[in-house]
Amino acid sequence: MISANLTQQMVSQVESYSGYSSGIAIEADRMSVYYGDFRAVKEISLKIPQRQITAFIGPSGCGKSTVLRAFNRMNDLIPGARVTGQILFHGQNIYADGVDPVEVRRRIGMVFQKPNPFPKSIYENVAWGARINGYRGNLDSLVEQALRQAALWDEVKDKLYQSALALSGGQQQRLCIARAIAVKPDIILMDEPASALDPIATLRIEDLMRELACNYTIIIVTHNMQQAARVSDYTAFFMIDEDRAGTMVEYGPTKQIFTNPKDKRTEDYITGRFG
Amino acid sequence: MRTRETFDRDLQRLVDDILLMGSMVEKAVLASVEALKQRDLEKAQALIAGDQRINEKRYAIESDALSLIATQQPMAGDLRTLAAVLEIATELERIGDYAKGISKINLLIGNQPLLKPLVDIPRMADLGMDMLRRALDAFVRKDAETARAIPREDDQIDDLYNQVYRELLVFILEDTSTIEQANYLLWAAHNLERAADRVTNICERVVFTATGEMRELDQGDSNQTIIA
Repeated sequence: MISANLTQQMVSQVESYSGYSSGIAIEADRMSVYYGDFRAVKEISLKIPQRQITAFIGPSGCGKSTVLRAFNRMNDLIPGARVTGQILFHGQNIYADGVDPVEVRRRIGMVFQKPNPFPKSIYENVAWGARINGYRGNLDSLVEQALRQAALWDEVKDKLYQSALALSGGQQQRLCIARAIAVKPDIILMDEPASALDPIATLRIEDLMRELACNYTIIIVTHNMQQAARVSDYTAFFMIDEDRAGTMVEYGPTKQIFTNPKDKRTEDYITGRFG
Repeated sequence: MRTRETFDRDLQRLVDDILLMGSMVEKAVLASVEALKQRDLEKAQALIAGDQRINEKRYAIESDALSLIATQQPMAGDLRTLAAVLEIATELERIGDYAKGISKINLLIGNQPLLKPLVDIPRMADLGMDMLRRALDAFVRKDAETARAIPREDDQIDDLYNQVYRELLVFILEDTSTIEQANYLLWAAHNLERAADRVTNICERVVFTATGEMRELDQGDSNQTIIA
């Protein structure tokens, strides 16, 4: 069950965790994910740098979304799913006994492929997370700040109490980003956040990601390799191994991965010769 | 399963075009020196006009490479190959300009007999164009090892250039009326020395294509010419 002072616990561990001072936001250590007996992801170890954008790329079914969801325990919601190994967030294994998954998800937010605003007003969508967390500050100001950070404020400031569902797809996705950042997470996970958007809305999301990376660590799963190349600082390439389990083939600075990958499998995939 | 066959074909066509352009340039350089040696002014005129075809080839390659970059979003090794194609086409075009320059020198010397039969200048051309041929072959094969070795041969060309310089200086010291032609011939030799330097640049691009490593290659031990 919930450790009530987990947040405080995590903060206090910040000082003692050596990885933090070297700029690591979250770290997977020999992490495997199982769905029942099937090992979907095998022995992933990687360190995600703070306030940088890290992209996960790879063919369909390679486990990249599974890894992403493991970072905020979203797989807990899938019956039969379990994780072995560790995911260290501020030095604490988020899968350890007593860790509250809801608190984990507050600190590590998520934006999904399809914009999923609540059928409520724009204002309520952003204020929702803060309300359920018992936020006692100025809610109006929090909503404005989150909408500004999500580059949406100017477009919605005069219709805050209108339905979020009346917004365009791109605006809805930025609203979901505003909703994610309103609860002040450390990390934002994005699962194909622009795949349902048109090219202009996609580029706006990418610009927004670059701005958000000044304050947040972002991990994005994308099928669009040009998007990974444009937007990310680091890239991890995943593929399926002979056991049909997702495995990480190569991880490094995006510039290197897209100009001079070390592994032939990475080269074959990003040059479109994978098959 | 093989994918991207159309892209592979287009990329291969560009590499073939580089080979073709290399062959045009090689022929132009060797012919310009042969025409100088034989005092063939008509051939020199033809070579000056022919440089236009080399320039056109360069622009065609550049345009095709840019189209592929824009439409196919090449990555990794493909991207490096295309970047190298753009660079190598420019280097080849400049080597073509040296052939044109030697042809112009030929016309400037006009009907005068040469101060002496040309030996070292044709040797410079032969060595330089042999280096070029092997550099382009290394590009096709993505052979970094060969590309790293070729620039070391530049020493021989520098030595020949220094030899030509000393000989021409003796002519000038002995008879000041030879100054003009001696200068022209020195320019011709200088063009060939520069052509070999551009082969080194091409070799650097071959290493980049094959390995992703981008740095200057050693040009042998002396790497010195009397006049740069």
